[in-house]
Amino acid sequence: MTTGAKQSSPVGIGVSFQQVEKRYGMRFALRGVSLRIAAGESVGLLGANGSGKSTLMKIAARLIHPSAGKVEFSSSNGSGVGLVAHSTLLYDDLTAEENLMLFARLYDLDCPGERVAQALQSAGLAGRNADLVRGFSRGMRQRLTIARALLPGPGLLLLDEPATGLDAAGQHWLGDTLARLRSQGCTLIMSTHGRSETHAILTRAVRLDAGRVVADSAATGNLQDVLAAALSGPEEV
Amino acid sequence: MADGAASVVESTGQQKWGPGIVETLGIAALVAFAGYAALFIAPTERTMGVIQRIFYFHVPSAWTGFVAFFINLIGSIAFLRTRNLKWDRLAVASAEIGVAFFTVVLVTGPIWARPVWGIWWTWDARLTSSFVLWLLYVCYLLLRTLVDETERRAVVSAVFGIFAAFDIPLVYFSIWLFRTQHPQPVIGQGGSLDSRMLNVLLLCWMALLGVMVLLLRQRVRLETLRHSVEQLRTESARDAGAE
Amino acid sequence: MALLRPTTILLKKELRSEFRTRELLTTTWVFVVTVLVLFSFTFEPTQVESRRFGPGLLWLALLFAGSLMLHPSFAREQVNDTLAALRMAPIDPVAIIASKILANLCFLLVAEVFLLPIFAALYNLSLLPILPQLLLVMLLGTLALATVGTVFSAISSHARMRELLLPLLLLPLLAPALIASTEATRGLLEDPPGLPLEWTGVLLSFDIVFLTVTWLFGEYLLEE
Repeated sequence: MTTGAKQSSPVGIGVSFQQVEKRYGMRFALRGVSLRIAAGESVGLLGANGSGKSTLMKIAARLIHPSAGKVEFSSSNGSGVGLVAHSTLLYDDLTAEENLMLFARLYDLDCPGERVAQALQSAGLAGRNADLVRGFSRGMRQRLTIARALLPGPGLLLLDEPATGLDAAGQHWLGDTLARLRSQGCTLIMSTHGRSETHAILTRAVRLDAGRVVADSAATGNLQDVLAAALSGPEEV
Repeated sequence: MADGAASVVESTGQQKWGPGIVETLGIAALVAFAGYAALFIAPTERTMGVIQRIFYFHVPSAWTGFVAFFINLIGSIAFLRTRNLKWDRLAVASAEIGVAFFTVVLVTGPIWARPVWGIWWTWDARLTSSFVLWLLYVCYLLLRTLVDETERRAVVSAVFGIFAAFDIPLVYFSIWLFRTQHPQPVIGQGGSLDSRMLNVLLLCWMALLGVMVLLLRQRVRLETLRHSVEQLRTESARDAGAE
Repeated sequence: MALLRPTTILLKKELRSEFRTRELLTTTWVFVVTVLVLFSFTFEPTQVESRRFGPGLLWLALLFAGSLMLHPSFAREQVNDTLAALRMAPIDPVAIIASKILANLCFLLVAEVFLLPIFAALYNLSLLPILPQLLLVMLLGTLALATVGTVFSAISSHARMRELLLPLLLLPLLAPALIASTEATRGLLEDPPGLPLEWTGVLLSFDIVFLTVTWLFGEYLLEE
């Protein structure tokens, strides 16, 4: 048993959605979604734009409250929730290192300097650590965004199309990183748009359409079918 | 779905005529009596003459406005705590009514001032403070029109409403203090009040409070109906999405 | 104290961001000086008049400059949705607001430090003998502007027409602080100079009341 120091290897957090609804004025983003995700699962969220994937993840990140229904978390030693979203969640006017150090300190991690250096190294950004994020390319920002989410060793990682903007090397790095996290027991929920590199680690696929769950490989038992059905849609192009 | 819609209409339909004919007539009678008292029962003021009687309308309007803004404070805090939109409806209703009463204050002030002191306006302490207060809650209402989503609008205006309410005593005190150091002509009653005048004043205040309560209930009811309509629309949108 | 550490961390971040670009500082400063110079053309102040009008102009100019400057406080966090990242961190949400209030306070104070000598020169006032008391009044008055301004910048970031809305919301609410600051400054510029304790008290009360209200209710503004 370690002392109060934060673990660097995450242990998963499970999340359970019970009849969750979210509406904005007259528009329903989610209608009656019930989903139980156990700790350590790697779930792919599939669906067209506007099907509710991002909203579901923001609710899991506790950034939004559901209009109806409940969300429950089974917590473990994991240090909370990490989010990789559409926006970069980075400060353009700070350097890569400053961005990560800021969050390392906010999360009260020990040896923040070392962990930040390690994270930058792993993401292939060590050489650009003193450069402002403003000057980063799309791919570099995405890598930094992912590095930032991973920094505190989250028990639940939410990834909203994490491979966007990444080149082949970046996607490879992402795939390796996710595989490593999965082996450490971190729960992954990832919305994806058809990049096979990241599909490899999924143990379950859930498809959303117009705010509802329309397919769940946990129920049907066939992961590949659900994946294929979702990906044969228009967004494959 | 049709059942849900029908039940919503039913429950609000029971209050179809709002606060009820009896209460409305009762308040109307009180107002009529208060008006009579202000015009005929209260003694004529020595120096100002008949126009002074507007004081029985001017001062209680301000007091009623304060009560309305206090209700806004309650609604704002209650909403933030409970997230129940009924408190937000109370907040917007009371803010509007408070602004209405303070508009009366700002209009009756000059009407009173002109014949008596020969000026339309003076930046005296009470009038200036009323003006600032009026501006403050007009801003509250303006803010509400500029935020689109219901929940967010309620949160944002609740916080503003709380700030505004705590500003009220500071506004009055600072302006009063300023005026003691830089005096201006004062509009209003100087000296102590004859006991008959005080009684009529309180009577008029009760009448205006009655009007405020009526208006408040009507306004809240209107807002509740609007909300119900929106709910119905949303429910049908949701159910349509299921097909 | 659980609030102090994250506030300090975030404050450093705010300061670092701003000093890198220095946009706000320069804009504020230029604005205030311009206003003061313009007013000096309108009034052609003599010694006596500048003592009467000067303080009011100074604080009015600060109020307008401040409301231009405070607006980006929360708008900045919307750019890359960094506010979401801050909210997810295990910190008291009030720290986010507190750090921005302190940052805005710093920026405004820095602008004022440069501003005061120019103000004194334009209006032929001698500020040195009253400097400590003047700094106290500037601090309390600026704190009022920073506190309410930051909170209202959060409020208006959710609204349409936010650049126009912020000064509009600030003006009536800050009226007591504006009056108190002006009167306190005027008292200091009089002959003989004296710090009006009653007005300083009003400013102090204003600050305490609204810092408390912010602490109690501010975090609701951070939600989406």
